[in-house]
Amino acid sequence: MSVFPYLVAAWLLLVGCFGVVRSRDLVHTVVCVAVAQSGTYVLLLSVGYQKGASAPVQGAPGPVVDPVVQALTLTDIVVSATVTALLLALVIQIAKREDTVDADKLDELRG
Amino acid sequence: MDPAWLPPLGIAVPLLGSCVLLAVARFAPRVVTDVIAIATALISTAAMAGLLVATTSNRVVTWAGGWTPTQNLTVGIVLQADQIGAGFALLACVLTVCALIYTWRYFEDAGAHVPVLILLFMAGMTGFSLTADLFNLFVFLELMGATAYALTGHKIEEPRSVQGGFTFGVVTSLGAYFMLAGIGILYARTGRLGMPQIGSALDGHGMDALVLLAMVLVLTGLLVKAAIVPFHFWLADAHAVAPTPVCVLFSGVMAPLGIYGTMRVTTTVFGGVLPPSTLHHTLVLLGVVTAVLGAVLSLIQRHLKRMLAYSTIAHLGLFLVGMATLTANGVAGSVVYVLGHAGVKGALFLLVGALLARKGNVDEISLYRQGTNDGLTRWLFPLAALALAGLPPFGTGLGKAISEEATGSPWLIGTFVLVSAATGGAVLRASLRIHFGLGPQPYEADRDTTSGDDEKPEGRFPHRTPATMLTAILVLLTGGLLVGVLPVISRIIGDGAQRFLDRQGFIEQTLYSYEPVRLAELSHVEWNWAAVLLGLLSVLLAVAIALIGVFRGVPQWLDKPLHVVHRLHSGHVGDYVAWLVLGIAALAALFSLS
Repeated sequence: MSVFPYLVAAWLLLVGCFGVVRSRDLVHTVVCVAVAQSGTYVLLLSVGYQKGASAPVQGAPGPVVDPVVQALTLTDIVVSATVTALLLALVIQIAKREDTVDADKLDELRG
Repeated sequence: MDPAWLPPLGIAVPLLGSCVLLAVARFAPRVVTDVIAIATALISTAAMAGLLVATTSNRVVTWAGGWTPTQNLTVGIVLQADQIGAGFALLACVLTVCALIYTWRYFEDAGAHVPVLILLFMAGMTGFSLTADLFNLFVFLELMGATAYALTGHKIEEPRSVQGGFTFGVVTSLGAYFMLAGIGILYARTGRLGMPQIGSALDGHGMDALVLLAMVLVLTGLLVKAAIVPFHFWLADAHAVAPTPVCVLFSGVMAPLGIYGTMRVTTTVFGGVLPPSTLHHTLVLLGVVTAVLGAVLSLIQRHLKRMLAYSTIAHLGLFLVGMATLTANGVAGSVVYVLGHAGVKGALFLLVGALLARKGNVDEISLYRQGTNDGLTRWLFPLAALALAGLPPFGTGLGKAISEEATGSPWLIGTFVLVSAATGGAVLRASLRIHFGLGPQPYEADRDTTSGDDEKPEGRFPHRTPATMLTAILVLLTGGLLVGVLPVISRIIGDGAQRFLDRQGFIEQTLYSYEPVRLAELSHVEWNWAAVLLGLLSVLLAVAIALIGVFRGVPQWLDKPLHVVHRLHSGHVGDYVAWLVLGIAALAALFSLS
């Protein structure tokens, strides 16, 4: 099993966080959160992957890849869709109220 | 009768109730939706109370869909309740009932989405307390999270509210994704997802770098929820802007559930591979730093909800220190503390909510002498402040004293006394200024802090505090008192704490349905003279801190360091995520060094 997909997963998680830290635009922030989450998809899928195995469906010939992690990834995608939609809705409201989506200019709550 | 049918009710009933609510909200009048919501919460409360009674004799184990394990082969998903888990689930249900009673005719908009979200939130919390499956723990964490972001940003017309909700969402979501990555690594290592299964599989593997990494990642998600420094930044922002009844749930049970999850996971999943001394030292360090920082920040706030939020952070640190003793008394003390704190802090939030509903302001300085004509609330506020500091016989005092005793170290006892006194003192100072008009007119504080001036009044009761609000406040405060007074509560929790720490019994009973070994009767969760004296000492210190705050203010030489503390909490979501990543690195370093 190659180590490459695990490196990709770690990279996506960290680069997503880095993007949130450096972000100047809240829409960009939300997308970075989604990027970080896609790191977890890659991680989960590579955990269950086997070379030469087929999809985990009834009656598949030979070995199949682990169906559990695929179910986990699907759940994860549902969570991601919910959270991304919710965060984007909040960004729209912030843009309406504050006339800006630059995180550096939003400092209503501090201290 | 086998009580295994009870745990799923805690999750299914609120989910069902919220669906019914959504379906009828279109045409039913407001009063019907409110009744349905409260009835749903009450049914769940009854189920969880029944579960708590059932757990006093034994753990309750439910394999969802009847997928019981056969010969050590498990494919099912398991719910497991002991007294502590069932107690947390019951606490979530009771607080939800109080929040729903408080919201009776409270929100002006007609739609039913607030009660629906609150019920979904409750389902997430009960599920989180009862599950013994690591992936389900993540799912319930996200269910709690997503509904909580929506509730936080509920007042979409207010810029602060949406900003607080956004920060909360980004920080806790990222924490949860790190947790999921950790769960993925654990699955890769052991091929299991259930806590007892992973635990027994890891016993054979032993600790290595990969397991350590997985543990740090899983703990990150839970510690973010528990608002432990440096993961605490979201909490004050979320509490400052969320509708007041929602704050009761956030502060009283959601954040403490993070601590519960941390302890559940570290003791069961990693209990076999992690030396107890390592766990103890790391958690005590995190807890003490959190408690002290929370207390300092609570003292220097002028926005009342933020003040209460930081005092919650301080108490969360204390809960963690109590739990970190890894003794039955320490865990029992912490849980009693959580219960007492939930009642007292909930009452305080609602009292601030009553101020907000009437004056449209939650700023300590602007409200100076504005509350001198209030009736009952004028006296309840300082009483709750003293209870927060640990006034006997409130549950906070009992929990604090038992935790202190369990730590057995004079330094930690000193931390408990000072931190609880500081949080009580901060609230008492505000009350003395607002309700009793003591001291000179306070002057403008640090410019880098949030004032409470620009809040919109919640509810529609400018002239009087309605009876439903007062009822909820009194119920919560009485609850906080009863936790300390009724010996039956502390006895159940004392027994539960032993079972909570009994890892072997947890694994054997869940996986192999072995009968549990009878545990030794050793918990002494009750008042004694030392406890009363330490409680009174905290109260005296709190009064002193409040009077110094009212009459003398902050000494000048402290201005500069406090300004730095204010600046650290910049309100910038990027900064908070940077702290999150730094925190993960620090956590890994702490665990691998010791």
